[in-house]
Amino acid sequence: MSADSSTAVILPAPARPVPAPSRLAGWLVKTSHVLVGAIVPLLLLALWQHAASAHWLPAQLLPSPALVYASFIDLWQSGDLTSNLVISLKRVGWSLLLGGGAGLVLGVLFGFSRRARAYLYPTFEVVAQFPVIGWIPLLIIFVGIGEPLKVLAISLAVIVPVTVQTTKGIAQVPRPLLDVARVYRFSLPQVITRVVLPSALPTLFNGLRQAVMQAWLALVFVELLAAGEGVGYLMVWGRQLLQLDLVVVAMILIGMVGVVLDRALALIENRLQRWRRNAF
Amino acid sequence: MTSPNRTSSWLRYLHPAAVPPALRGWVLPALILFLWWAGYASGRFTNPLFVSPGKVVDAALELIRTGTLWQALSASLTRDLAGFAIGTLAGLALGTALGLFRLAENIFNPTLNAFKQVSIFAWVPLISLWFGLGDLAKIAFIALAAFWPAFINTLAAVRGVPKELVEVARVLGWNRQQLVRRVVLPAALPGIFSGVYLALIYAWLATLGSEYLLTAGTGIGNLLTDGQEQFRMDYVLLGVILVGLIGYGFTALAGGVERYFTRWQRR
Repeated sequence: MSADSSTAVILPAPARPVPAPSRLAGWLVKTSHVLVGAIVPLLLLALWQHAASAHWLPAQLLPSPALVYASFIDLWQSGDLTSNLVISLKRVGWSLLLGGGAGLVLGVLFGFSRRARAYLYPTFEVVAQFPVIGWIPLLIIFVGIGEPLKVLAISLAVIVPVTVQTTKGIAQVPRPLLDVARVYRFSLPQVITRVVLPSALPTLFNGLRQAVMQAWLALVFVELLAAGEGVGYLMVWGRQLLQLDLVVVAMILIGMVGVVLDRALALIENRLQRWRRNAF
Repeated sequence: MTSPNRTSSWLRYLHPAAVPPALRGWVLPALILFLWWAGYASGRFTNPLFVSPGKVVDAALELIRTGTLWQALSASLTRDLAGFAIGTLAGLALGTALGLFRLAENIFNPTLNAFKQVSIFAWVPLISLWFGLGDLAKIAFIALAAFWPAFINTLAAVRGVPKELVEVARVLGWNRQQLVRRVVLPAALPGIFSGVYLALIYAWLATLGSEYLLTAGTGIGNLLTDGQEQFRMDYVLLGVILVGLIGYGFTALAGGVERYFTRWQRR
């Protein structure tokens, strides 16, 4: 203890003020996390580079990191990457409109009508457990392997989460709010726009977020199964040409787009919930 | 209502009070089955793609008799369970390890997070090049699909164990093994189970997907794709129903197991 002996000894050493988590310390911790987290990727990259240059595996089975990077730049500059990505995103967008619309209708029906819930929901619940890709052969028989197949298959992946979350969101509207609305003699449109929608919106949005992730998953599958364009097709193409660098580029792209979609939606969701926190 | 409106009088039979609650869920399936059968019996639909319910049953009986159905089912289920077991065990082990040791989490989690972002089906071309089109590739893929949900949920569950509980264990002077067995695992169990539950569902999705995309061998997925290629609607419908019921069965089973192991929570 370095306390001055002349002062009262009961007190512990005149402690330095508890170090407030300084910005520098926080920054240091963050940086150290990033550095520690970078160890494994760097080791993997080194291993990958070494394995490729030492020809542990034939180049068709293991392209070097440099080759993957070069292909990425190549595809980016030729515009192939963007054009295929746009096609894929369009498919997802149409499916979100179609499947999301259908899911919204079903969810509203289940949410508002006890009758619909009693008669239709059990069947929906069972059918919702069917893996989406189980329907694909049936869809192929009906609509062929063209664009409708992709949009319908992805829509099926979208319907389930949207319906479930819409139903939940509407069912969770606090009863007192509905009672107040009744006291004020709100009309049905008023009840929906002023009570149900604001209260159910975060849950609805959560459904949308799940739907987008499911749609992205389903998209990759249908494009692998039957497509002539799109990011999934990029992989099929690379696989057929035995150009694994193309496959890896497409994988990275799929991962990146998935992250961007998820983060963007999480950001919006956060906004919606912040409003909710501030409400009371 | 005094003047009997036709719609409302018809709807009366759909009123929740008109049908016993236990049967309400069966009304829609029964109606669909009836319309399907009626459409067939009316003889209006001559399209060969319109098969009768009876024909689907016949197809099922025929495939059972020849043993094809059993072969496909057992091949798919074996694959599914093998991949599920490998992937889930790996996910549980890694999730627990990273959950208990923060340094390990800091080292490995960023990398795993990056790999996690790649949508699972995007691994198929790579896996098919490395492992071929047979069972090895399929099981590797199914294991990968089961790994992620098991790992993510286990990690979150172990991380989420209340600090107070761990402090109590420290006060009692328990060693690490006791801490894990008596505090961490019971507290993390519900979260771990939701991971296993998701892993089961994803494994089944991956089983089907692998059978579509890696087309060597037998399985329910091959039954479906073969039926589709030969325009055998009866096989396709049978396959869709089987796949769906198995998926539903897995979910119900996982839910039951989860309730059994977490029943102490509700006491």
